[in-house]
Amino acid sequence: MDILEKIKQANLVGRGGGGFPVAVKWAMVKNAIGEKKFVVGNAAEGEPGLVKDGYILERHADKVIDGLKIAINFLGAEKGYLYLNHAYNKKLSKKLNALLKDSQIEIFVKPIKSGYIGGEESAVLNAIEGGRVEPRLKPPFSATRGLWGFPTLVNNVETYYNVSLVNSGHYENKRFYDIAGDCPNEEVYELPESWTIEKVLKQTKNYPKFPFFVLVGGDMSGEALNSRQLKRPAAGTGSITVHSLAKSDYRKIIKDWLDFYAAESCGQCTPCREGAYRLREAFLGEKTDWALFNNLLDNLAETSLCALGSSVVLPVRSFMKNVYPQIYESATNITNKFI
Amino acid sequence: MNNKIKIKINLNGEDITCSSGQTIKQAALEHGLDIPGLCNHPDFPPPANCRVCVVELKGCKNLVTSCSTKVCDGMVIRTDTARVKRSRNLNIELIFAEHIEKCPTCVRRYNCPLLELADKYKIEITGFKDRKGKRKIYKFANAVEIDGSQCIDCRNCLEACNTLQKINYLELRGKGINQEVVPVSEKSGFSFRRKQSKVDCIYCGQCALHCPVSAAQEQTHWPLVEQILKKKSPQPPFVKGGEKIVVAQFAPSVRVSIGEGFGVPHGKVMTGQIVAALKKLGFNYVFDVNFSADITTMVEAEELLARVKKGQDGPMFTSCCPAWIKYVESFRPDLIPNLTTSRSPQIHSAGIIKTYWAESMKINPKNIVVVSIMPCTAKKFEASRKELKVKGNWPVDYCLTVRELIFLIKKNKVDFNNLKPLQADNPLGGASGAAAIYGASGGVMESALRTAEYLTQTAQDAVCRNLVNSEKANEKFCNTTIEFKDVRGLAGVKKAELMLGEKKFRVAVVNGIGNIKPVLDNLKDYDYVEVMACPGGCIGGGGQPIPTTETIRKKRIAALYKIDGKSKIRRAHENQGAIEVLVWLKKQGKLEHEVLHTKYKKRS
Repeated sequence: MDILEKIKQANLVGRGGGGFPVAVKWAMVKNAIGEKKFVVGNAAEGEPGLVKDGYILERHADKVIDGLKIAINFLGAEKGYLYLNHAYNKKLSKKLNALLKDSQIEIFVKPIKSGYIGGEESAVLNAIEGGRVEPRLKPPFSATRGLWGFPTLVNNVETYYNVSLVNSGHYENKRFYDIAGDCPNEEVYELPESWTIEKVLKQTKNYPKFPFFVLVGGDMSGEALNSRQLKRPAAGTGSITVHSLAKSDYRKIIKDWLDFYAAESCGQCTPCREGAYRLREAFLGEKTDWALFNNLLDNLAETSLCALGSSVVLPVRSFMKNVYPQIYESATNITNKFI
Repeated sequence: MNNKIKIKINLNGEDITCSSGQTIKQAALEHGLDIPGLCNHPDFPPPANCRVCVVELKGCKNLVTSCSTKVCDGMVIRTDTARVKRSRNLNIELIFAEHIEKCPTCVRRYNCPLLELADKYKIEITGFKDRKGKRKIYKFANAVEIDGSQCIDCRNCLEACNTLQKINYLELRGKGINQEVVPVSEKSGFSFRRKQSKVDCIYCGQCALHCPVSAAQEQTHWPLVEQILKKKSPQPPFVKGGEKIVVAQFAPSVRVSIGEGFGVPHGKVMTGQIVAALKKLGFNYVFDVNFSADITTMVEAEELLARVKKGQDGPMFTSCCPAWIKYVESFRPDLIPNLTTSRSPQIHSAGIIKTYWAESMKINPKNIVVVSIMPCTAKKFEASRKELKVKGNWPVDYCLTVRELIFLIKKNKVDFNNLKPLQADNPLGGASGAAAIYGASGGVMESALRTAEYLTQTAQDAVCRNLVNSEKANEKFCNTTIEFKDVRGLAGVKKAELMLGEKKFRVAVVNGIGNIKPVLDNLKDYDYVEVMACPGGCIGGGGQPIPTTETIRKKRIAALYKIDGKSKIRRAHENQGAIEVLVWLKKQGKLEHEVLHTKYKKRS
């Protein structure tokens, strides 16, 4: 059975957050016509709350590199790049370079100050080409026109780790969970991907005894869920951050998101460059213009050039819908106690 | 790939047929629906960053940009839903908020896509607080400027400077709302990291020509011209007090493009209207630079033959394009000896006005103000070159782009289309067809070749050396070529070979400075090279009406060749008026050289 078939049967999905079926992406690059092909392992990990790529590289670098090599062989690729953020490179480059010796893979360090967008798939390609670090207009997708116009496979390092496991028959449908926040055992865990968020928190002894909410899939782009919504598996990047409701200042949480998106916009498209800035302005104004705020959010969701612009919508909207009423509720409960 | 396959799509509930390979926006336009957009210039691939042209596509979660999305068979598209309207209007409004309105004095005032969209969709242009009030204006010599406070971040100027022209003078700094287009020479960062940039602006103005608003634009000189027109003499040629004789002169390509500013079809020849409009604006005299283009042709053809005779090293280059001259001075000073020393038609014309014409009219040249109407931003810089002064006077006092003239005409409510056409003033009026084609890429080359071939065949080395015999020579003069079609058209580099007497002569025409590299890499292969920095030549110049696109360039070029084809005389040396001026200059000793030739200097 060839590797593509194995990946298909294992139902691997990308671990960079998008959750795209790995077999489909690999087949696209395989079938794309190009003189050369390239493979990229993405460990940019620029989102606050995420450390699992670094964890994997620290403990399982051999498997990640094995996965990259499998991809290179499968595609007949000319070269592979391991795209690392600055901190990981500083910490791990010695070890990684030893492992990469005599391979077609080289480390590429994510440009300093390239920020969150420096991890976006096509921005990664621009960075490696030496261009301005920002996303490309799609289509064409990197699978057909990637590095220097050649078909390029870009996957998260966790995906390559899984490919290596799938290849050797050791894949057990597990994934990595970043658990952090107001909980005792902040750590990265490798646990079954089918587990519910609640089970993951309980099994790792992180389930809080106080009123709380969680951010799942990244502190900046993830979904905010209340404690009654945890009977589902974690989506996206598999990060779970626990927040105590009592300790949370809802205005600050939203302001942090808006600050982040206004600062991280690459500047290419109007809804994100101008929209994220005006969104922040609308929210921080003396009296928030909620109609405008909602229009700007819809506009970001539907007309942004890349996924960064639309990412602000999920945390803000899910927070307003799932968590904000609870803050209100718990505040009322507290007040009731005193009466 | 066959782009002609017919497919069916559904647009706003109506089934329509269109061609595969088209974008949604193109297909819609073909069916009479103009989807608005700000960032897409037909010269470049759509950047799709303004997000104004978004439409709803069945099966797509998000809206898609119609400028970059190709049609597919069976596509169901809506451009009129609440979602589309909301996003389109909001994105327009967001763009307005980053553009500081300077409408009263803006040259784009009567041709502004922002104002048009605001009007069409009834959008408030000042809904948000301005955020770019403190942006700098970067001025490049006296020619071009980039006003960050008006920029809408479409990046077309970068595309024009870096991809089209390959000058790489502009770059994008910062991200998000801090993103800004700046010249590479602008210092940034820590002083120890600063590198002295060797890249310089050539003032071609392609950034301005491709700017949808007026962030990149010419440095306007129309306010100065308005001032000087107030001082014009009421009874020319007599002047008293501080009065001036205000003279306008207009370039060959202006006549085929200016009409576009007044809704006239592309490529309509408007020579008479230009003269009438300029007179209406108050100019005392109006001259046609075509006359002096014939002078330039003769000077250049003579020099070419002299160089060939001497056996010069490398090809001779044309010098009419001031952006090309700046390019040589900045990037390839080693080629300065190869540039013809002939001045450009603008400077020839103005120099002749302030000497020959001034003398014949008995006007003190100091009382003459010459205003050029040029298709070009670099001509402004050329006009300010000290080495071009004639007897201590600037030949050209002010230089306006075609856009500035259109603006002035509209501002002064002159009904351009209904003006009674007037002839340009004599004696500097008549011109050959060879002068008309100066405005098209390859035109200067073709004009020079017509005269060079004549000189070779009649065994003369100068047009007016044997003026007495020239009538005879003309009679003898037989079947030389008039049309050198190999040097015409919009190819990046055009090459031709011809015989000049016994000698095989190899010529090349570079159409757009971005195409210069292969010619510079193989200089030994050529004897004579024409370079025009702007695509298409002057008809695609940085001072031309907006929009200027491939289709429009073609129409303007066709109009110029039509003028040439219809001309009674088609060779520069047949322009008797021009010959008379040359003969007069010959008798003026040192002045002849001062009016006809120039020198260049290396610029770091």
